[in-house]
Amino acid sequence: MAIDASAMGRLAEGEVKGRSLWADARRRFFRNKAAVAGVVTLLLITLLALFGDALAQWSNEEIDFAVMGQAAQLGQPSIANGHYFGTDDLGRDLYSRTLQGTRISLMVGIVGSLIAVIVGTLYGAVSGYVGGRTDQIMMRIVDILLAVPFMFVVILLLVMFGRSLFMLFFGIGLMSWLNMARIVRGQTLSLKHKEYVEAAQATGVPTFTIILRHIVPNLVGIVAVYATLLVPEMILIESFISFLGLGVQEPLTSLGALISEGARTIYYGTTWQLLWPLAFFIATLFSFFFVGDGLRDALDPKDR
Amino acid sequence: MAMLDIRNLSVRFDTPDGTVTAVNGVSLSLDRGETLGIVGESGSGKSQLAFAVMGLLAKNGRATGSVAFDGREILNAPPAVINPIRAQKIAMVFQDPMTSLNPYMRVSDQMAEVLVHHKGMSKAQALAECVRMLDAVKIPDAAGRVRLFPHEFSGGMRQRVMIAMSLLCRPELLIADEPTTALDVTVQAQIMTLLGDLRRDLGMATILITHDLGVVAGFCERVIVLYGGQIMEQSPTDPLFATPAHPYTRGLLGAIPRVDQEGEELSAIPGSPPNMTRPPKGCPFAPRCAHAGEDCLDHLDPLTEFAPGRFRACNRSLEELA
Amino acid sequence: MFSFVVKRLAVAVPTLLLLIVISFLLMHAAPGGPFTQERALPPQVLANLEAKYGLDQPLWRQLVTYVWGIVAHFDFGPSFIYKDRTVNEIIAQGFPVTLTYGSVSFVVAVIVGVTLGVAAAIRHNSWLDYLAVGISIGAQVLPNFVMAPLLLLTFTWWLGWLPGGGWEDGQWQYMVMPVIALSTSYMASIARLTRASMLEVLTSNHIRTARAKGLPERHVILRHALKPALLPVLSYLGPAFVAMITGSVVVDFFFSTGGIGRAFVDSALNRDYAVMLGITILVGALTVLFNLVVDILYGWIDPKIRY
Repeated sequence: MAIDASAMGRLAEGEVKGRSLWADARRRFFRNKAAVAGVVTLLLITLLALFGDALAQWSNEEIDFAVMGQAAQLGQPSIANGHYFGTDDLGRDLYSRTLQGTRISLMVGIVGSLIAVIVGTLYGAVSGYVGGRTDQIMMRIVDILLAVPFMFVVILLLVMFGRSLFMLFFGIGLMSWLNMARIVRGQTLSLKHKEYVEAAQATGVPTFTIILRHIVPNLVGIVAVYATLLVPEMILIESFISFLGLGVQEPLTSLGALISEGARTIYYGTTWQLLWPLAFFIATLFSFFFVGDGLRDALDPKDR
Repeated sequence: MAMLDIRNLSVRFDTPDGTVTAVNGVSLSLDRGETLGIVGESGSGKSQLAFAVMGLLAKNGRATGSVAFDGREILNAPPAVINPIRAQKIAMVFQDPMTSLNPYMRVSDQMAEVLVHHKGMSKAQALAECVRMLDAVKIPDAAGRVRLFPHEFSGGMRQRVMIAMSLLCRPELLIADEPTTALDVTVQAQIMTLLGDLRRDLGMATILITHDLGVVAGFCERVIVLYGGQIMEQSPTDPLFATPAHPYTRGLLGAIPRVDQEGEELSAIPGSPPNMTRPPKGCPFAPRCAHAGEDCLDHLDPLTEFAPGRFRACNRSLEELA
Repeated sequence: MFSFVVKRLAVAVPTLLLLIVISFLLMHAAPGGPFTQERALPPQVLANLEAKYGLDQPLWRQLVTYVWGIVAHFDFGPSFIYKDRTVNEIIAQGFPVTLTYGSVSFVVAVIVGVTLGVAAAIRHNSWLDYLAVGISIGAQVLPNFVMAPLLLLTFTWWLGWLPGGGWEDGQWQYMVMPVIALSTSYMASIARLTRASMLEVLTSNHIRTARAKGLPERHVILRHALKPALLPVLSYLGPAFVAMITGSVVVDFFFSTGGIGRAFVDSALNRDYAVMLGITILVGALTVLFNLVVDILYGWIDPKIRY
């Protein structure tokens, strides 16, 4: 059958322009309003946490002696005395304390998630790609660690070795990577048997190049999704520990610590002490969840 | 009156990339006991046509037009109307028996529930009938294996189970959607033979949906060739093979490897099926057709009878194609 | 089946032993012993105390004694702080309370969560779906230590419907708020999981087959879709159950329920390592046990898993 040149030309015109997977994902992500709102909110919160101190009239340590002892009456949010969010029970400025707490919470969340990404991805990819006995042993170790009640262990660590940011990161890092390792391993296993990987193996592409060119790019999506969803989880864990009074030490604070202080004093009528940190907390968590969900939907077209 | 009468059926899907038209104004009818083949490439809309008839479209799918069974409208019918027709009047066999059978239920349970629900049988009666039906589809040791799970059967056996399940209520019409595509070639022949025997024994009408013209040749009295959701040609089977009247049908026939004719080259149809987010205004096959002219992109002549029982939709006359 | 349980136990036992050993070593690596106090004890007293608790023995002997005590007699040894009480007594006091409201919360979370998730999936993109998604997202960012004071504020301070704390052998008035505080966020997660997996299952081929058989929709959902939809939920149950026990820390704090969380926090503040270790090991054992149950349930639902 002869091919009609003009017919073929029309065919080419009629075809939809090819889109790369990433461009496709980006398009889907930006079509998701909740995810975009999450990104914007996160940007605003981060900017405020980093540079908002420039607007503060009080530092997070200073005690306003004019308010001290009468926080319920004089500590309300007010522009006039420079306490935009009011003061805490001791008369410290809640605005700078909230910003400071947001910084710590974001840092804990991101560092915890980063540890998970680095350790979990390496561990999972090696376990999955090497396979066999190594894989079995490595996954058994993860299984065993998953059975450890980590919340208690973190508390144990903090009590025994004293409260410090390092111990907090260490404790949180200990547990955060486990699920990531499992997810990455599962993904690697399925990638290993994909036709294009087998084709690359068959044509003699070196193993390292295969991992770099074919495995890792396909892991990026799932790792990004879970890393984003891990951040709020880490923030929640830290706030739980702070709630117990075992988190970061004064004068440093975190959103969890501020919320627990606010919750304890709520019966005195100082609702702002709970509501301001809680608002930042909820906005941050919401945003991360929405961004994570948006990423997942964007990168996993079957879920559309 | 025809048993099944489809008038101007269209199926559209709302997707993030726009509306996809899978079936575009198809009309056809089927008499009792008749066998009809619906042939087309993947994406030609043949499966969606069947799903629309059965009311099984995905949630984002919309069907318009009319489907009458025994004179009764069943397109987009409420559950109270369509459920008694499903399995009892019209049954369906799906493409992939591995995923189409419920992997979490014993074969006995998923078969028996049909009879318990439609015929009001007791569990024991239903089970006995299921074993009889499994025997009929030639599953060895049916009584012993009825309590197994689907994954404990081989691919061919699974499709036999699927067929047995669809025939439990002795339907008047069986729609088989690519029943052999997922199977080995040797098993394919066995399943087609079995379907043929059962069809004759039960005297039911059959619609066989396939992309494989070879399967149709030995099985169907009449064939409909579907492309881009539209009927290109409709004809009794033998004349269609002898003198295909549409360029697309000719292309399909040219793409079948034959062992009896040496030296003849296998020809592929150039290009690929149309993108149905923007259904073409004219003939969907025009961009791939060697005979197409400017008019083909603009409009397509309606399906017309050019010989007794033979219909074609093409702007070129038969003489022009010769 | 039997061999499967044995195999799982073969993994569970070393897990627990490892947990015990690591915890024990941690305890000894910690700076400052249990008797380190602001006012240094006279050397003679300290020696007596250490002899009483066996701390003068070599480390490996202490370890063996500790492990053997737990394995053979389920004995976690004496408390380091409360002179007359053993860890067992402290645990026995709080644990039944925690187990009671923890189990109730767990059951509530699972039943409400699954029901909500299934309902949302069936009525996909309806107001019910949006409501369920809204609730579950909201509940995810309201941790129990925020829920608890909000509940107290509403039901005790404003409405005066419920007592603000206490346990009273688990009468329902005392149970309501702890259960809501504990179960809400897990209920929400379970609902989300159920909804997502149900939506996926409903598009699968075997559900289309079930519909083609002319079965009523209710039948299709309950008999054909529910089981596979619950599989992903099942693997979430282990962590959820443990979280109910962990959440005891918060519940006991706000509602004065006197469960095991109270004991844990007290011992943490007192540096009573023996009690902390005992509770940690107990919760670890519960985790292992619960994961075993989940594994068996898995095999029961998915016939492709053969032990």
